Amino acid sequence: MKKIRIGSGAGYAGDRIEPAIELMKKGNLDYIIFECLAERTIAIGQQQKLKDPNKGYNEFLEYRMKHVVPLCKEKNIKIITNMGSANPVSAAKVVKQIAENLGIKGLKIAAVLGDDIFSNIDKYMKYKILETGNNLESIKSQIISANAYIGTQGIIEALSNGADIIITGRVADPSLTLAPLMFEFGWDKENYELLGKGTLAGHLLECGGQVTGGYFADPGYKDVPELWNLGFPIAEISEDGEIVITKLEDAGGMVTEDTCKEQIIYEIHDPSSYLTPDVIADFSQVHIVEMEKNKVLLKGASGKEKTGLFKTSIGYKDCYIGEGEMSYGGSGAYERATLAGEIIKKRLEYVNAQIEELRIDFIGVNSLYKDYLSDTLSGENRNCTEVRLRVAARTLNKADATIIGNEVEALYTNGPAGGGGARKGVKEIVSVASIFVPSDDIKINVTYEEV
Amino acid sequence: MKLREIAHSRTGDKGNISNISLISYKAEDYKLIKDKVTADKVKEWFKDIVQGEVVRYEMPNIGALNFVMYEALGGGVTRSLSLDMHGKSLSSVLLDMEIEY
Repeated sequence: MKKIRIGSGAGYAGDRIEPAIELMKKGNLDYIIFECLAERTIAIGQQQKLKDPNKGYNEFLEYRMKHVVPLCKEKNIKIITNMGSANPVSAAKVVKQIAENLGIKGLKIAAVLGDDIFSNIDKYMKYKILETGNNLESIKSQIISANAYIGTQGIIEALSNGADIIITGRVADPSLTLAPLMFEFGWDKENYELLGKGTLAGHLLECGGQVTGGYFADPGYKDVPELWNLGFPIAEISEDGEIVITKLEDAGGMVTEDTCKEQIIYEIHDPSSYLTPDVIADFSQVHIVEMEKNKVLLKGASGKEKTGLFKTSIGYKDCYIGEGEMSYGGSGAYERATLAGEIIKKRLEYVNAQIEELRIDFIGVNSLYKDYLSDTLSGENRNCTEVRLRVAARTLNKADATIIGNEVEALYTNGPAGGGGARKGVKEIVSVASIFVPSDDIKINVTYEEV
Repeated sequence: MKLREIAHSRTGDKGNISNISLISYKAEDYKLIKDKVTADKVKEWFKDIVQGEVVRYEMPNIGALNFVMYEALGGGVTRSLSLDMHGKSLSSVLLDMEIEY
């Protein structure tokens, strides 16, 4: 039976490059995918594109491609990535330039377009925002981007036209893997059972090292070998949709039933209804068997007909967050940090800072879990040898956000004894609102560069 | 006994929703976590943090539970004032829950 080997070269925008290089050299791969887009990455990319129409793609595109384009040619491995972010066309031109500079010829580079529906945004003002239930109109003046999670269509078209490197913007993460499977095996776009299986393969690959022992280790409970040299996963998928997850023998990490289980459930909400643009995947009947060391077989995924709606991320200018931190140590550290926090609260009132929400944490005491859980776990013991005060506030303008860190820093000369290591910062916050758009509204288009 | 002795966990996020798995190491312990770790119990455990409802999905096929917690991330990953805006560290504290067996 025909089998395809797909490697994962990145699980997030800033991921390591060495595991991808190793996989391409030694993994006997047919394809490698690089998943590099978080929810609001494109919105930030759009802002870069506004300043410079040639930018807006992943900031590590050049760095990664310099390493992997030669291997793509030498080993005949096709590359599929969403590193195009807000500007796949420019990203494809950059890759062409890199290939030319390296003296590589005979590569076709595709840019998949159609996810960017910002120019039609007015059409959707009456649509409800999933997160808030308000109409999109409620944030109209703040909107900076709109990108639909498109599916496999554009990637399959590019593969059919002989593309070696395919660069997309917003594509649903598992579709990066599902598309080559549909292309290679001739899976019908309405064979939802097979699409569900391929989606599971994509879901297991899309976070890179998270299925090979990354984000898993817990010493004494879940020990992982050579985590510093974590290998990224390879999925070997057969024509009937059975998946084997493995890794390079000499790479660190491990593939076990447990590492696969953590990744199957990761961010899927209802396991029997995982919504993608291509299929509603069902992982609720998946069975996992460790065949041999670092080789895990997964079967039993299936799927139902897709919804016909594309989730669309609307990026909008939301607010500012101002932060300030200061450390206290030795006996009475917690009491002095607490006093510092009280001082900050009074100061913020006194200087009339306009604040939407204020949060005061004590790092080392309650910053992750707040008071109830922190006190439950520690037996209400707050005698730490060191405590770090953290003040964070959300504001509507930058000037108010700036006050937060300045007031914390002023605790040096004006606050409790022994405060040290002040840090401050202000972030402009771009948030994401989601709407569902009919898939018929989206027109997929593919452009090509050749060397 | 803490859940940590019989199960492991990973947290993911979508907007203002946190998604925490609870996976029994041994198949025979699945029934125990299913009986003891109800959606209500998880909601109570995270009462300072989770403002919305907690929905539990059962995955007997892999001996796991999946908790979907609404209004759990301080308004959403992007605008949360929490140091851990994704709520990634919530999995570790779920494993600190004591259960009777």
